[in-house]
Amino acid sequence: MNWYLRIRKLIQKKFPNNKFLHRYFGLIAFIIVGIISLFIGNHVNEFWQRLIILSAIYVIMAVGYNFSNGVAGQFSLDPNAYAAIGAYVAALLTMSPETKENVFILEPVMKPFDKIQLPFLIATLIGGLAAAFSAFLIGIPSFRVRGDYLAIITFGFGEIINVIANNLVSLTNGALGLKGIPEYTTLAWAIGWAIFSVFFLWHLTNSQVGRILKSIREDEIAAEATGINVFRWKLFAFTLSGFFIGIGGALFAHYLTTISPQVFTFFLTFNLLIIILIGGLGSIVGSAIAAVLFTFAFEILRVFEEGIHIGHINIPPIPGLRMVVFAILLIALMIFRPQGLFGDKEVSIK
Amino acid sequence: MEKIYVDPLDPHYILELDHIWIKFGGLIALKDVTFKVKKGEIFGLIGPNGAGKTTLFNIITGVYKPTSGKVFFDGDDITDLKAYERVWIGISRTFQNIRLFKNLTVLENIMTVFHFKKLQKWGPFFVKFLDIFPYKWWEAGLALPKFFKFEEKLEEYALELLKIVGLEDYWDWKASSLPYGKQRKLEIARALATNPKLLLLDEPAAGMNPQETSELMEFIRKIRDEFNLTIILIEHDMKLVMGVCETIAVLDHGELIALGKPEEIKNNKRVIEAYLGEAI
Repeated sequence: MNWYLRIRKLIQKKFPNNKFLHRYFGLIAFIIVGIISLFIGNHVNEFWQRLIILSAIYVIMAVGYNFSNGVAGQFSLDPNAYAAIGAYVAALLTMSPETKENVFILEPVMKPFDKIQLPFLIATLIGGLAAAFSAFLIGIPSFRVRGDYLAIITFGFGEIINVIANNLVSLTNGALGLKGIPEYTTLAWAIGWAIFSVFFLWHLTNSQVGRILKSIREDEIAAEATGINVFRWKLFAFTLSGFFIGIGGALFAHYLTTISPQVFTFFLTFNLLIIILIGGLGSIVGSAIAAVLFTFAFEILRVFEEGIHIGHINIPPIPGLRMVVFAILLIALMIFRPQGLFGDKEVSIK
Repeated sequence: MEKIYVDPLDPHYILELDHIWIKFGGLIALKDVTFKVKKGEIFGLIGPNGAGKTTLFNIITGVYKPTSGKVFFDGDDITDLKAYERVWIGISRTFQNIRLFKNLTVLENIMTVFHFKKLQKWGPFFVKFLDIFPYKWWEAGLALPKFFKFEEKLEEYALELLKIVGLEDYWDWKASSLPYGKQRKLEIARALATNPKLLLLDEPAAGMNPQETSELMEFIRKIRDEFNLTIILIEHDMKLVMGVCETIAVLDHGELIALGKPEEIKNNKRVIEAYLGEAI
C-alpha cells in the first residue's frame, strides 16, 4: 500500500463526509508548503534565498527525471541534455538583442534569435517544449528496441548535446556560453514552478496513468497483454519528463545568469540520479524532499571542502570531498535501503 | 452443465487458425497448424513439453507474428493486429509463470486494466462502463473533478470483480505477497477485467494440489458461464483437461497430431505415443 492510499484512507476515516478533502488533500498540502517556503524565503538573507531557489530548481528536475526513471521504469541517462536544451532555448529568447550582440563575439547569433526577445514565462515554456520535443525524437527509436539500450542511447545523447553546445557557436556561443542572462528566477517563480511540477506529476502518478506506467515498469510483457500500448506510454512518460527537466533548466539559466556547456555535463545527471535514488524511485514527493536535502547538503559539505580551522583543529581542504561523500552514500543506500526514503519498489535499478 | 454446443452444421467459430507456420531461424516451431474453436466451449491444448503450445498462444495474442498463415477472430482476419490491439477486440491471456504487477496492490493490478479507448458492446457486467469516459492525462495532472469521478468508479468496479473471484479481502495486499493459488486467481481476474470474448489460460493448474485443481475446474466452468467466454486451456494435468475440456487439440513437435473430444483423444495411438503413456 503506498503512501497516497494510506493517507487518503486516513482522511476518509476522519472526515467521512468531506469529499472535497478526499480529493484535494494533496493540493492543499502543497499550497501550504509553498506558502510556508515563500514566507521563509522572504525573511532570510540572500545566501539562503539563493539556496531555496536552487533547491526548487533541483526539485523540478528531479521529479521530472523520476517520472520516467522511477514511475515508468525507463532507465535513461540524459537529463543534463534536456536541462541544457531548456536553458539555452529560454535564455536565447529572453536575452535582449543588444546583449546577444555583445555576448556572441565569435560568431553572430543565429537567426531568428538575433531579433527575438520574449517574456520570461513564454520563454520558459518554449524551453520546456523544446526539451520535450527532443525527448520525443530520442524516444521514438529508443523505445522500439530492448529496454537495456535506452541507457546507452540516452548517455550518448547527453554527450552529443554537450558537444553541440561546445561547437555550434552561432547558437550557443560555444565554450564561452551565454552571459548576461536576465535574472528572472525569483523566489516566487521558482517555488511556483516547483509546487506545480510536484503537484502535477504526483497526481499523474497516483492516477490511472501512473498505474499504467507502473505496470510497464513491473512487467512490460504482462502490460502489453492487458492491452497497454507500451511503446506509446513509454514515449509519453519520457517526453513529459523531458518537458519538466527543460523547465528546470530554463529556470536554472535565469538563476545563474551565466551558462556554458560545463554546467550541463554528466555531473548533473549523476546528481539527479543520486537524488531520485535517495528519495525513492517512483515516489514524486520523495524526490522533491531528496532534492531539497541534497541541495542543502551539497552547500554545507562545501564548508568541509574548504577546510576547517577552529582553534587547534586544522582540517586541511579536501577538494572533491563532496562527491566522495555522495558516492559512499549511494553505495550505502544500495546495500541497506535500495528503495530510498519513499520508494515503492523493493529492488534497486540494475 | 449447460449445453453450449451449437449445431455442428452451422457452427460459430470464435477462433480460426489457418495453416500457421512459424520458424525461429532454422527451427520450425509450428508446422501447418490449422484448427477452429467454437464459441463458448472450453478447448484444451495439450502436448509434451516443447511442442509449441505457448508459441501458439503467443501467435494468437500477437506476441509473435507467424511466418505464414492467418489468425481469424470472430470472422475477422487479425493476423496484422498488434498485441495490445488484440486485447481491445476481446482476446486475453494468462502466463505460464505468473506475471503479475508485483509491487502494486491487488486492487491496482485490476484497476490498471481499465483503460480502453474503444468501448464496444459489453456483456451485462460491463455495460455500466458506457457512462464512464476515460480522461486525458492533463486532466489527471490538474486533478479536475472529472478525473476523481472516474477514479472512484474504477475502484468500485475493480472491487466488484474481486468479489466475483473471491479476492476482495486481499485488495490492499501487495500482489507478490499473496499465496500462490491466489496469485493465479488474481491473474485470471486481471485477464477477465479486460472483458474478453476469448480467454487463454496457460497452465493455470501448475503447482496446484488435487484439491486446488478441482476448485480451479469449478472456477473455470463458473467464469465461462457467467462471463460468456470461450476458454482455451494449456495444461499438463490430464485430470483437469479430461474433466473440463469439451474439445482437445494435441500438439507434438509443432504439429497438430489429434483433435477431438476427450474420449477420442484418450484412446488415440499417436497421442499416447507422444506422451509415452503419461497418466490419464
